[in-house]
Amino acid sequence: MIKYKLESVDLWYRDFQALKNVSIDIKANQITAYIGPSGCGKSTLIKSLNRMNDLIEGCKITGKLLLDGEDIYGNIDVNLLRKKVGMVFQKPNPFPMSIYDNIAFGPRTHGIKSRYKLDDIVEKALKDAAIWEETKDRLKKSALSLSGGQQQRLCIARALAVEPDVLLMDEPTSALDPISTAKIEDLMSELKKKYTVVIVTHNMQQATRISDYTAFFLLGEMIEFGDTKTIFSMPKNKKTEDYITGRFG
Amino acid sequence: MRNNFDGQLKELNNNLIEMGALIEHAISAAAGALLSQNIELAATVKADERESDKKEKQIEALCYDLLLRQQPVARDLRIISAALKMVTDMERIADQAVDIAEITTHLVGQKFIKQPEDIAEMAEAAKKMLKESIDSFVNRDLELAKSVLEHDDTVDKLFTTIRGDLIALILENPENGEQALDLLMIAKYLERIGDHASNIAEWVIFMITGEHNTKLHF
Repeated sequence: MIKYKLESVDLWYRDFQALKNVSIDIKANQITAYIGPSGCGKSTLIKSLNRMNDLIEGCKITGKLLLDGEDIYGNIDVNLLRKKVGMVFQKPNPFPMSIYDNIAFGPRTHGIKSRYKLDDIVEKALKDAAIWEETKDRLKKSALSLSGGQQQRLCIARALAVEPDVLLMDEPTSALDPISTAKIEDLMSELKKKYTVVIVTHNMQQATRISDYTAFFLLGEMIEFGDTKTIFSMPKNKKTEDYITGRFG
Repeated sequence: MRNNFDGQLKELNNNLIEMGALIEHAISAAAGALLSQNIELAATVKADERESDKKEKQIEALCYDLLLRQQPVARDLRIISAALKMVTDMERIADQAVDIAEITTHLVGQKFIKQPEDIAEMAEAAKKMLKESIDSFVNRDLELAKSVLEHDDTVDKLFTTIRGDLIALILENPENGEQALDLLMIAKYLERIGDHASNIAEWVIFMITGEHNTKLHF
């Protein structure tokens, strides 16, 4: 099943064209990785999937971006879009409040007030993000007391708490040590059973390990898109091959 | 970029060329020793085989080091995987050259029951297959690799002819039996060398196209 359908997407930051005629189908319950050198447009593209680029002045986007068949740049409620499409960033960014309140923040914003309901949501989100065992006895402690890897899983739990369909991850492990990275990667394999995951990564091995599909971007263009095994073993485009084998980029 | 890695891939190429040259020499020496009934020449085959064993270990170590340190993907991964598979076939070829040389030492001093020209022809054909299979790896030459597979038919046909001749000679005079079996074994080893060269060519085709005839493909 196709979750996102992008057709001929162009994006400009004022005069600079950051995305050029990008068309891609993102399948539901799969992990799709975006790779490419810095400045290739992969982060711009992932941010356009929940309209984070709206916040950037001078940003203009054309083409079609359909989520479950609905044009996300049409007449829709952006808050509901961002509820449906969660995002995790490169650097863990817990709110300066308790672990519990970090997770309950989103559901409260969306009107849930019942303590019992919130308790359930917090427990489920922390369990889904594989951090429940480490936090269940310290839910009232500050989220800032957690390690970097724990903070990132907390941020994933916070994104899951509002029951999204899609999880966007922009280099989610680049600031983490190998153990924390492995935990997040294991977690992603679990998450795709319930969610569609899109990840931007600079780590080729990570894309190979965890993703089902990979798209390679260069200078705003999508050069090649295919199943990850094919992209990393028998890419069709020489530019893809040169990039993934480290011959340029 | 990746100059160090490219240098190591070149080293891998050179090692395979050197191992191939040792084995070619082993086949030539084994066949030459048979034709000239030269026991000293037969003895050199064992030395070639020992050297090629060392080379095999070096190549394997280099491949494992490249897998570990460079974490290759795409073409690089296929080159290293193909090299790892190829050296096993190359090592078997060297073993079979030794087997031929050992039989040859038994035959020294015996009058041939048949002129061994067709065995020499088979040895030449098998050696050519080996050389071209290695060349196709070194030069990434898909057409040459494919032609190696076609040459296997020539070697197989020569084997069938030699086998038929030897059966006729045994029927003619059962006392020919012992030498006929020795010559049949030699022909069989050469036929197997052709098969190993074909295996090497198949891995070269995989390296270039990503597809192997066993349907293994990326």
